[in-house]
Amino acid sequence: MDGAFLILTLPPLVAAILAALACTLPGSLLVLRGEAMTGDMMAHAALPGIAAGFMLTGSAGPLAMTAGALAAALAAVGLTAAIRRAGPVAPAAAMAISFTTLFALGVVMVEQGGLAGVHLDVEHALFGTLETLIWLDGTSAAALADPAALATLPPELLHLAGALALVAAGLAAVWRPLVLASFDPAQARALGLPVGALSAALAGLTAAATVAAFAAVGAILTVAMLVLPAATARLLTDSLPRQLALALALAVLMATAGVLSSFAVPAALGLSFAVSAGGSIALAGGLMLALAAALSPRARGHGAR
Amino acid sequence: MLWQALTLSLGYNATLVTLGAAVLGLAAGAVGAGMVLRGRALVPDALAHATLPGLAGAFLALTALGADPRNLPLLLVGGGIGAALGLAALRALTARTRLTEDTATAAVLSVAYGGGLVLLTVIQALPGGRAAGLEGFLLGSTAGMLRQDALVIGGAAMVVLLALALCWRPLTLMAFDPMQARAMGLRTAAWDAVLAILVLAVVLVGLRVAGAILIVALLVTPAVAARLVVSRAGGMAALSALIGGACGWFGAAASAAAPGLPTVAVIVLAAFAALAAAALVRGGRAWTAPS
Repeated sequence: MDGAFLILTLPPLVAAILAALACTLPGSLLVLRGEAMTGDMMAHAALPGIAAGFMLTGSAGPLAMTAGALAAALAAVGLTAAIRRAGPVAPAAAMAISFTTLFALGVVMVEQGGLAGVHLDVEHALFGTLETLIWLDGTSAAALADPAALATLPPELLHLAGALALVAAGLAAVWRPLVLASFDPAQARALGLPVGALSAALAGLTAAATVAAFAAVGAILTVAMLVLPAATARLLTDSLPRQLALALALAVLMATAGVLSSFAVPAALGLSFAVSAGGSIALAGGLMLALAAALSPRARGHGAR
Repeated sequence: MLWQALTLSLGYNATLVTLGAAVLGLAAGAVGAGMVLRGRALVPDALAHATLPGLAGAFLALTALGADPRNLPLLLVGGGIGAALGLAALRALTARTRLTEDTATAAVLSVAYGGGLVLLTVIQALPGGRAAGLEGFLLGSTAGMLRQDALVIGGAAMVVLLALALCWRPLTLMAFDPMQARAMGLRTAAWDAVLAILVLAVVLVGLRVAGAILIVALLVTPAVAARLVVSRAGGMAALSALIGGACGWFGAAASAAAPGLPTVAVIVLAAFAALAAAALVRGGRAWTAPS
């Protein structure tokens, strides 16, 4: 194992895999429920929350940022609900209004609050920071077993692992009632299940996964991680447990193929630079989905739904 | 300062930007009304993101041919091709697979954006760092608006408004009663395509000014605000165009008066204020079916 791999490739690779796994868990249910754009909305809406967290605490610490982004993601859900209550407004229109308004607010806050260039800029929030994750102490394979060297891994990896564990535990806690409420809300209500609270729980878990992934891959590629593995798995199998397992495997495949191809493909073409790792991840996911849509005998029809 | 900007007495450039933004808002408001009535509020989001790989591809192609890669009309042709491919992918995913329109939209927009990012990094690696300006298509910018840009926006907006007026009857009939429309022999798929082309025209014209992310707000927010207070389709489209135009005017004037205030973000926030006002005016009024 050569040193450059551990220093430059391993951290983004692990970060991408962790983020993709954390997003695919709630993403599988969002795709089933026809709520995939919720993730798009939350990822864009996180910007004003991050800016507010920075303004209030004066630091770019992960706690202030995460709390701000979570609050903003949930505010987006509340704003969407409020717009829908105002009159005959379709859910998609309400979502489009709420995320663009919050994103615009974030742009104004970043530009006016003197935050631009300090730690935060809007393009950063859109493109993500996958390439900036490096492990300077990863000079040889021995570093993988050396606690002192491991302690210098980028802290983002630990944050992402924590978010993944949190999302997995939360989803496991509400899994059975949530699945029933997603497939058949009427039946779930008749059984006395708190359908509204379960939807809110899914929104909260989606917000947690989105916020964690947002920092690593940026707003729009978070959507790719939420949707592409889940949608591909949905075209390949009819049973939900199999769909979830397959989606998680595809998430790892998408992240790995994306990160590795971002430098391997240009190198094979004789080019001396790497292309965007986040962008390559989305393209890898798009390729998986296109293949499944074209080739799977189960792509049509409604399957388990 | 703000008053001077609003009354167009802050100099040639500020006037140009204000008028350009107002006309763009007008056209986006009118076309957005048709889109919102048809229930396709997120389609422009997918379209706008799908222009990015097209723009970057056109930039690379122009560079390879030895032409000036900043030729705006040719870049926009590339953006249009990208958006058309994105729309075709969206159609294919919703019509031929079990995925919902929502999932298909999210998939198309994120993959298209990813492709755009990859091409953008290729452009950045070109000798001379000639990508400068392409990022502007993502967030938009009115700062560099020239007389020619304002004229292009104005001319295109006129064409879009005229086309919308000519197609208005079949488009509204289809939005309110697709069954009836089909029974009367309207080809709904063809008219949906017409609507998509009008939306695409607004997205392409507004892209450099408004950016791919916030252009959606110019199409959707004024239309929904108008929908809350007017129930007739024609009146709703007229009010939506008016709100869009007024927000464009105000936003551009505000950022001319206070440099550093991002124009498009202010326009979007102004449109949301209009929506909030419309919700207040509407109050608890019952839902009335539009006619």
